[in-house]
Amino acid sequence: MIEVKKLVKRFGLKTVLRGVDFKVQPGEFVALLGPNGAGKTTFLRILASLSRPSMGIVDIAGYSLPKQAAAVRARLGVVSHLPLVYDDLTAEENLTFYGRMYGIENASARITEVLEMVGLEARRRDLVRTFSRGMQQRLAIGRAVLHDPDVVLFDEPYTGLDQDASSMLDDVLQTVAGQGRTVVMTSHDLARAENLATRFDILSRGVIAASSTREGLGNGNLLTFYKQALAG
Amino acid sequence: MTESTLTTTTHRPAKSSFWKAIAAVAWKDLAAELRSRELLSAMLVFSLLVILIFNFALELDIATRRSVTSGVLWSTFAFAGTLGLNRSMAIEKDRGCLDGLLLAPVDRSAIYFGKVISNLAFMLIVEAIVLPIYSVLYNTNLFQPGLLLVILLGSVGYVAVGTLLASMAVQTRTRDVLLPILLFPVVVPVLIAAVKASGGYLTGAPMTDILPWLNLLIAYDVIFTAIAFMVFDYVVEE
Repeated sequence: MIEVKKLVKRFGLKTVLRGVDFKVQPGEFVALLGPNGAGKTTFLRILASLSRPSMGIVDIAGYSLPKQAAAVRARLGVVSHLPLVYDDLTAEENLTFYGRMYGIENASARITEVLEMVGLEARRRDLVRTFSRGMQQRLAIGRAVLHDPDVVLFDEPYTGLDQDASSMLDDVLQTVAGQGRTVVMTSHDLARAENLATRFDILSRGVIAASSTREGLGNGNLLTFYKQALAG
Repeated sequence: MTESTLTTTTHRPAKSSFWKAIAAVAWKDLAAELRSRELLSAMLVFSLLVILIFNFALELDIATRRSVTSGVLWSTFAFAGTLGLNRSMAIEKDRGCLDGLLLAPVDRSAIYFGKVISNLAFMLIVEAIVLPIYSVLYNTNLFQPGLLLVILLGSVGYVAVGTLLASMAVQTRTRDVLLPILLFPVVVPVLIAAVKASGGYLTGAPMTDILPWLNLLIAYDVIFTAIAFMVFDYVVEE
């Protein structure tokens, strides 16, 4: 579903990604972990077609970036630590707007379905500015899956959420992933990543330093694997 | 939390039409502004203050007032317009919504044209309120079809360039300072043409004197809209 070969990204003289190879099978839930500045967000922005690679090949759902970016974007949902929704519109208006941008037919039925999924059906006519941070993040997930994407990218989705909001987000994430979608999530929260993901990739110094499936972790836990990857 | 019963195959996006995407962006901006009135109120208060200050500063006879009217009007519109353009793009950037727009599977110039339409609407609304107040304060009739046409053409040119440069400036930390620095040198031709053409109508100059400025305005509008259409994708991409 996602295939990245020898991906390099430079910002001026600074090289952030130094030849990343990354492959994700359909339906996999990959947690992309790494310290601050490892290049996780840059990598996800390239997958999302928001940033152009300096070198390398990026294919998503059979389409190549950046040449076939529009086709990739139609099959991609993105959730970042910012909600990407408008404060002065209601939840329903926000989704209606994004529905029009994605050319979704029968959008009202789909919006109801998505709002039910993220637990915001009762607040559909409320302005987003009245929502808590957790509710905004759930709406952001609703926005990201509105067009029923094959691949969903989550960039630090738990940033700024309290325990309750994070738990609710866990449920939504599991629902999204449980529908056969391919998910790539960056996170600093190893415990949450360990609960949700089926594979763990460690990005360090601009390359994938280690990769393991849940089963591959064996008796050791994710923290041990993570520390070993960074030390190596 | 309601358990989802989503299907995974029934809501695939059709290719969103270019025109529908333009309409969606414009609708979104107008609906949000109708609620908050942040942008319009800032532009309006600023405009009214400027014409009020000029009114007291320039204690002139009627004939001289006519000759300075076009300059005062376009200074007011240009500075108020900058406020609006900055705010319009800041709303997109601060909440990450610009990324949300860029993630949509549409030609990115549709986002540009949608923003141009909403920014133009805001500017025209402010101008529609400022003009009668200016007419009363300066005892000058501004409701002449020719002058209104100049205001429309000048505003189109200003917003066409301003929206593109605001998209560029908003990516920087110094966006509030950067936009006027980038914008004013580029819109000098449109402001000069608009001031000259407006002045021509107000002083009753012959059409042969006004027409070259009108032509310049039209040419500027067409050329810069075409340039923005071509480069917007590169401007907004990292």
